[in-house]
Amino acid sequence: MAGLKNSSSHKVGIAFRIVILAVCALMPVIAPLVGEPYWVDIFVRVMIWAIAAISLDLILGFGGMVSFGHAMFFGIGGYTVGILAYYDNFNGFIQWPVALLLSALVAAVVGAICMRTKGVYFIMITLAFAQMIYFLGVSAEEFGSDDGLTIYGRSEFKVGSLSLDLGDPMIFYYVVFFFLVVVLWFVHRLVNSRFGMVIRGMKSNEGRMAAIGFDPFRYKLTCFVIAGVICGLAGILMANSEEYVSPDMMHWTKSGELIFMVVLGGMGTVFGPLTGSLVFLFLSEILSNITHNWHLIFGPFLVLVVLFARRGIDGLFWGRGKPHG
Amino acid sequence: MAEVILDVQGLVKSYGGLMATDNVSLQVHENEVNAIIGPNGAGKTTLVSQLTGEISPDAGHVIFAGRDITTLPPHKRSHLGIARSFQITSVFLDLTILENAALAVQAHSGHSFHFLKPARDDITLTEQAMEILDRVGLADRAHLAARTVSHGEHRQLEIAMALASNPRMLFLDEPMAGMGPEESTRMTEFLQSIKGSVTILLIEHDMDAVFALADRITVLVYGKIIAVGAPEEIRNNAEVRQAYLGDGEEA
Repeated sequence: MAGLKNSSSHKVGIAFRIVILAVCALMPVIAPLVGEPYWVDIFVRVMIWAIAAISLDLILGFGGMVSFGHAMFFGIGGYTVGILAYYDNFNGFIQWPVALLLSALVAAVVGAICMRTKGVYFIMITLAFAQMIYFLGVSAEEFGSDDGLTIYGRSEFKVGSLSLDLGDPMIFYYVVFFFLVVVLWFVHRLVNSRFGMVIRGMKSNEGRMAAIGFDPFRYKLTCFVIAGVICGLAGILMANSEEYVSPDMMHWTKSGELIFMVVLGGMGTVFGPLTGSLVFLFLSEILSNITHNWHLIFGPFLVLVVLFARRGIDGLFWGRGKPHG
Repeated sequence: MAEVILDVQGLVKSYGGLMATDNVSLQVHENEVNAIIGPNGAGKTTLVSQLTGEISPDAGHVIFAGRDITTLPPHKRSHLGIARSFQITSVFLDLTILENAALAVQAHSGHSFHFLKPARDDITLTEQAMEILDRVGLADRAHLAARTVSHGEHRQLEIAMALASNPRMLFLDEPMAGMGPEESTRMTEFLQSIKGSVTILLIEHDMDAVFALADRITVLVYGKIIAVGAPEEIRNNAEVRQAYLGDGEEA
């Protein structure tokens, strides 16, 4: 098969991914050893953003749908947890399914409307919907408007005498890591399934897909809903991590940052967005400690990556071979 | 005479002041090869796109196998047994040749809401896809990325993908476009081999191919049909010669 002659560069690519995953898995041990305990907090954010970025890459990198409003699902997942907590419902078995269901519902409605447009119009209409939901958050005085909503306690999972204490930083870290791995696995399976082949075909040539008998609308909408639900999950985790939600988490700049992470890491690969969010968050952390105007350095860096590493940072480790989906 | 499988009635499509399809009525019989010829800009591709559903006509009807399909979208027409190839190669460049063909097979083997099982390991898809690639002579290229193969092979893949659904009617929009003489001859031979087993509406500029393949020829000029008939009749039709063949430019 085509991959065989590139086996050596594949080894490098796979090794790179294993290292990143291993670092994620061991960070609670590594961070205290190197004397940077706050890295654990950064990694929680890296993994949560990665889940969101992977879901965006599913529609953007694989499906060819450039959504500029993906952070809306961040907000929906987060606010559902926040608002339920506000009404004293901390039960995770209620919070989480409701948040995921709402994400799916919103994705279905928004997607059904956006799917009628293409290209720049699709970008603009997804942005418009995200802005609508953003301003809904801003105008919700009951839930803190601009100031956001503090959540007094993480989701509770209790079955009989067993309970999962998300308040324990170590447990919470590994819950997030668990979901990251599940999402990586699921999306990897998805893009290589029959459904995934249809989605990739739609990106490549929608007219041809219709001509050979696929209904573009049904498949693209389903993909949009799946991505919305996964990003909603990221929102749930974010709300639990910060114990706070605000309209800012669905601001259009957040959607933009998600796109950056995908492009930075490697669009159209399942793993790339994790690399992207890792580099993005660490660089912004480091640079913002050096100078207040860190965007001045960060911006050109992104431009350079786009110009010289077309397949993103993850792609650099795959030589001339094609990165594994 | 065989049954009429495609009945086009008074089809009209205009773009501003331009009549791209000017009251076209046309009948195609089951298992015949009907070739549409005409000078560049005659509206051949626009006509075919209305028959396959990419473009909707302003007026008129398209009846396929007794059913009015005028407003049916392309993917539904595909499931009624209509398939097309494109004048401008439309394959999935990011996928391998085999994956291209397998996708076309997949479209007609149940729904594709399978989310976890790898499609590459799906024997039913890859076997059928290989079979079709073998028929068009692409079997040994199966594992190459579509991006990397030649133009002629893209054209072969175009046909393979159209054939994958086992269609009742095949719309071929200039299958020989951009091919060298040798490749054209091979393509003509291939189409000869499937002739009679499927209805073909062929748009082609290569007159050797048209006269070798067609049972009947429809001549389209400025969106209007000016003649329909057997190849010999068309060759000797004064109006056609004047409008199209007359100046001796046959390519």
